[in-house]
Amino acid sequence: MTTSTQHPMGKYLRPGAEATTFCPGCGDGVIAHSVLRAIDDDGADMDDFVFVCGIGCAGWIPSPYFHADTLHTTHGRPLAFATGVKLARPQAGVIVISGDGDLSAIGGNHLIHAARRDLDLTVICVNNRIYGMTGGQVAPTTPEGVGTVTTPYGAEGRPFDLCRLVEAAGATYVSRWTTAQPRFITRSVKRALTHEGFAFIEVMSQCPVHFGKLSGEGSAVRMHEIMQDQSVPLRQAASLSPGQLQDKWVVGELVGATTGGER
Amino acid sequence: MTAETRLLQGNAACAEGALAAGCRFFAGYPITPATEIAEHLARELPPRDGVFIQMEDEIASMGAVIGASWAGAMAMTATSGPGMSLMQENIGYAVSTETPCVVVDVQRGGPSTGIPAVPSQSDMVQAARGSHGDYEIVALAPSSAQEMFDLTVRAFDLAERLRTPVLLLADAAVGHMREIVEIPATVVCTPRRVATADGNGAPRFLDEQVAPMPLFGHGLKAHVTGSCHDEAGMRNVVDAEALDHYVRRLSGKIRHARDDLMDVRSGDTEDAEVILIGWGGVGRAAQAIATRAREAGQAVGWIRPITVWPFADTELAALCQDAKRVLVLENNLGQMLPYVQAAVGRRSEVDGLPPRILGTLHRPEDVLQAVAA
Repeated sequence: MTTSTQHPMGKYLRPGAEATTFCPGCGDGVIAHSVLRAIDDDGADMDDFVFVCGIGCAGWIPSPYFHADTLHTTHGRPLAFATGVKLARPQAGVIVISGDGDLSAIGGNHLIHAARRDLDLTVICVNNRIYGMTGGQVAPTTPEGVGTVTTPYGAEGRPFDLCRLVEAAGATYVSRWTTAQPRFITRSVKRALTHEGFAFIEVMSQCPVHFGKLSGEGSAVRMHEIMQDQSVPLRQAASLSPGQLQDKWVVGELVGATTGGER
Repeated sequence: MTAETRLLQGNAACAEGALAAGCRFFAGYPITPATEIAEHLARELPPRDGVFIQMEDEIASMGAVIGASWAGAMAMTATSGPGMSLMQENIGYAVSTETPCVVVDVQRGGPSTGIPAVPSQSDMVQAARGSHGDYEIVALAPSSAQEMFDLTVRAFDLAERLRTPVLLLADAAVGHMREIVEIPATVVCTPRRVATADGNGAPRFLDEQVAPMPLFGHGLKAHVTGSCHDEAGMRNVVDAEALDHYVRRLSGKIRHARDDLMDVRSGDTEDAEVILIGWGGVGRAAQAIATRAREAGQAVGWIRPITVWPFADTELAALCQDAKRVLVLENNLGQMLPYVQAAVGRRSEVDGLPPRILGTLHRPEDVLQAVAA
């Protein structure tokens, strides 16, 4: 009975933790699937990895759902903990999955230093441009002008370009995708796992419950459509002016690409 | 049996004690007056296949130590007051997740940046209450370079036995003094107990008898979280009963081991009318001054708690039961004092006695004058 309804990635989920806490329309499920598919495609053993995450919705992707060694740390600190894990156990594949607020606001200092050290870590940064778990507060990634519950008159200041930030800090593999590109996320995770050095994958993700509502972008489906309109593949971006690229997301393997395979 | 006798700085003795105990991971951030510990281990860990890393701050240092501990290494960090303040967040995480590790605080004058190289004992309460939430901490206070070695070893041993962070509350005087240190031929530290895959639901957390640790890399699929969790490590952030269980078990584990943890040195207390209590380096002054008073015919005794946390209330009450007066010597304005008052104040008059100038040694004549008063 159960085998016919078993999800292909279900074997990687922690028994008893199958029911997710993610809101309807959240992008976290697509990201969880894309990461697990990369491990599955590689024929890798979950026991060869340690998943490290911080506080926030994205931190709940591996914890408790992935059936593997999981270190759910204090807010903003997963890269510091991951550094200790990797140095003390170099044979472990260490994968950090956390959100934009965790990694780039409270954890911003750890992010640039981890990139600078170029330690062999894979970081998947789920960027939903908002604090979801606490109810829709402004993040360092929130676009200018968006009214959040803590910026009712509109967010001020430019949002972080996280890929450029970690590239400048020394990351040797950097890519950006959206949750509308699950196959590309999977391919990039596989690439990151073989990359020896600091690999950073930013996944632009939808939070319809908070960001969609506050920004007026609306439902998950509508947010996906906007994401696709807003994304510019790296090869196309080369022929566009800075003005044309304003408010666009350049997607693809931005640093350390070997295949040139981004569409 | 002593294998070697060396003239060592207190901080170097601490680093040597860590190496002897089996420490193979150090993460830290430079800070006076603790930096010599990091410098010593930066030199000595790599040849032993150990890891030294200077992190971007003390928050990250404590995080890396915890990560390394879960990856199987005996790990430690060393800092001073401003760094201790930053480490409190992840010290709480180590308590919650039952992560064995050692944190050395070579205390300096505060508050805030304060004064870097002047000794102080003003982190005593922070050591136990600096992180948020209800918890118990273990803290030991060395008074000499020898004890910087011995108590670092003991800190690692207790950390492994109890699966908890253990603090070494040193100060700039003890850290920077140079003394003869006897290095024992063999140092025995309790090996870490690791959970097994066929545990069949045996607790991995929250066991007052101390659960074996589900270390990473053993196929145990450990789930480690600083959120409220159960014996399997699984998060429960909705039930008050789960919180009650989580808090009581974590503290109960330390309370259960109390007799094993307590180390209180004393002398001449039986017939003493006045007892001097001092901890850390000040404890040496208390002992020396009490001994001098005794030689002059005064009925003075001394007590030096080496275990600062858990607090030695019953031990002090027993030792002080016949004393008329108790003087608590501390290099602060009275941090241990209210705990001593609570423990023995019903029987004896208890007063605090800081040095005349904070950050300096207690002068014997000042203490003797207070004894005579």
